[in-house]
Order: sequence, then structure tokens, then C-alpha cells
Amino acid sequence: MTTSALLVAAAVGPTMESMAAIASGAATTPIAAMVGTPIAGAHAAAGLFALFGHLLLLSLLAVGGALAVVPDVRRVMVTNMGLLTDAQFNASVAIAQAAPGPNVLFVAALGYQAAGFAGAAVALFGILLPSSTLAYIVARWGHAHRDWRIVRAFQAGMAPIVVALVFGTGWTIASQVFDWRALVFAAAVALIAWRTRVHVVVLVAAGAVGGALGWF
Amino acid sequence: MQSHQPLARPASLGEMFWAFTQLALQGFGGVLAVSQRMLCERKRWMSHKQYVDALALAQVLPGPNVCNLALIVGDRFFGWRGAFTALAALMAAPLALVLAITVAYAHYATVPMVAGAVKGMGAVSAGLIVATGLKLLPALRDNAMRLPACLLFGGAAFIAVALLGMPLAGVLFGVGCAACAFAWWRIGEAARARIKVDQS
Repeated sequence: MTTSALLVAAAVGPTMESMAAIASGAATTPIAAMVGTPIAGAHAAAGLFALFGHLLLLSLLAVGGALAVVPDVRRVMVTNMGLLTDAQFNASVAIAQAAPGPNVLFVAALGYQAAGFAGAAVALFGILLPSSTLAYIVARWGHAHRDWRIVRAFQAGMAPIVVALVFGTGWTIASQVFDWRALVFAAAVALIAWRTRVHVVVLVAAGAVGGALGWF
Repeated sequence: MQSHQPLARPASLGEMFWAFTQLALQGFGGVLAVSQRMLCERKRWMSHKQYVDALALAQVLPGPNVCNLALIVGDRFFGWRGAFTALAALMAAPLALVLAITVAYAHYATVPMVAGAVKGMGAVSAGLIVATGLKLLPALRDNAMRLPACLLFGGAAFIAVALLGMPLAGVLFGVGCAACAFAWWRIGEAARARIKVDQS
């Protein structure tokens, strides 16, 4: 349900300001205040290396998903390292949620704005490497021991919570859409996607066209 | 709705790469809803229960949920090569797109039609996610905790996150620990009941 904050931004939509307000951490707390030291003005390669180190640390703090660390990434890249302006930061977050794909790509967009393709690669590897390694190891262990009582208890216990959080994300987005026409449209999409096999792209295109024509 | 045909498995790394590329490129505003449609319905590589199990792990661990999910699914079929392939496929095409839009977006962000289209796509995202939740509900049917307890823990998590706005990590830990402890006890009870039946 990590996508909820950015999805909220998508649903509210029209202004960069609303996205900035959400991106700046309305839903999250900066749990990594200890990470990050000022190195503005350092040599570019050293700067990239430092950025990589900061993101490696933030990766394991991203419990609940990539968006949990938006405030911390902002503090590292904008406040401490001075790699980006606030406006550049906000634009990158907005772009990553408007475009298809995982929302974690906002980190790559930030890296690109700071240091081109090398920056994008360094940033994306930094934020993904530790969490992916951990997920890989734990998932293997869990699958190998799936008959163990503790693994079965974890799966049975977490299942209703996972499903509830899926609804929670939908609710959070919908509650940000104050316009009743958009809510009716969202409800219709839910019904269609639930009961039929209409292609996702068709529904997204309908929403985009409807929105562009000012229906919502 | 998932029919009762047997599950399939990806024929090759290439097929899996293409499937994850497709679902990544359809995931406007988040990939979760599309991943359920692709993995459980179109490709039939996972049951809804397997999907929920994998998603539970993906959410509890740090890192982007869909990235963790791709790793888990890829590893299940092709080991570490599958994990790497699924994750790479999830990222590659959208990454190129995001970097391209980064260059173009600044010029168009304030155009009303673009803003309206983003809002409309946001409404679609909300609808798609609710539909995903509805489709995953049947996966709880044979849960070891039984339906009332599922409703209780699920309801508590929903209220805490959606209505009270509590932080996700705390809810996952707090409600999650309580639910897992209850499930642990239930599984033990069920095992004891089976032993009694066998003896009598």
C-alpha cells in the first residue's frame, strides 16, 4: 500500500502543489533522521558514491514501500547534498506517479536530474539493492519451510491484513477525490474490473480522455 | 473471477520478461492491481491464495512492494535468474519512459487538459485497486483463522490505516503480530483436533 500517497496525488491531480504536499511526507515520518551528512560541492564521483551510500541505508527503512522514504530522500538530496531544488524534486515525484510502472522510479528520475544517466543508475541500484537482497533471501527461506507452523501462521495471519490494506489504498485515494462524478466513475471502474475482463488499458484510457475533456 | 482450471507456469524467462514488461507498462498509478490481473487471471501462474501469500511477504519486508513481489514470483519459477529477470522487466521499460517524460513534463504540467487526464487516471487507479481487493476476498475462505477472525483483523487494519491514518509500518507490525499469534494458536488447535479424531 506504499503506492497510496502517490496515488492520492494522482487522484487529486491538477496541481504540482498538491503532489508536493503529499510528497513532503504527510503520511510518513522521517525515521532516518540520522542518515545524511552535508557534502555539497564535493567532486562528482565522490558525490555519486555518497548518494549511493545514503540510498543503501534508506532502502532497508522503506517498510511499506518506496514512498515511505520520500521525505528522507528529499532531506538527503535537496537539504543535505544540495543536488536538486525543491521544484526538481517535486517534478520527479509527480512524473514517476503519472507514468506507468513502479513508483520507486521517482528515485531514478531524481538521480537523472542530479547527475544524468550515471545518477539514475546509481540511485536506482542504491535504493533497490539491500531491500531486494533481503526479500530474495527471506522469500526463499519461507518457501523452503512453507510447511512450518510459524510460516503457515504468518501467511494465515497476514492474509486478511493484506486484503484490508488493498481496500485501504482504494479508500484513501477515493476519499481524496471530492468530486462526486469522479467517485461514481471510480466505482464504475471497480465494478467493471471486478466482474469483467475489460482490459486495464481501456479503462485507463477512458479515465484519461474523460479527465482531459473535463468530465471530473 | 478465477475459474477452476489448473494453474500454468511460464514457459521461459523470455515469456516472464515480456509478461512483467506488459504489466509494468499498464500500471498507471501503481502496479499492484495490474499484477493481480496478469499473474492470477491472464497468465494463471498463481492462485489468489498464492498471490496473497507472496504479497504479504512483499509488504512486510522493506522495499517497493511490487519489486519484492516480482522477485518472489520470479524466484518461484526460475530461481535467482527468474527473480532478476522479473525485477529487470518490471523496471526497464518504465524507467526509459520516466526519464523521457522527465525531459518533456516540465513544459506540459500546467496545461489543464494534462492535469484533467491525470485526475481521470487517478480515479481509474482507485477503482482498479478496489476491484483487486474484491477479487482477493475469496482467498480468505479457507484461512486457518476462520472468517470472523479474518474480518476482525482485516477490519482493524483497514480502520487504522484508511480511517485513522496511522502509519503503515506500525499497523503491519501491531495488527500483524496479533493476527499471526492467533493463527499460530488456531493451527495448533486444528492439529490437536485432528489427532483426537484419529484416535477415536
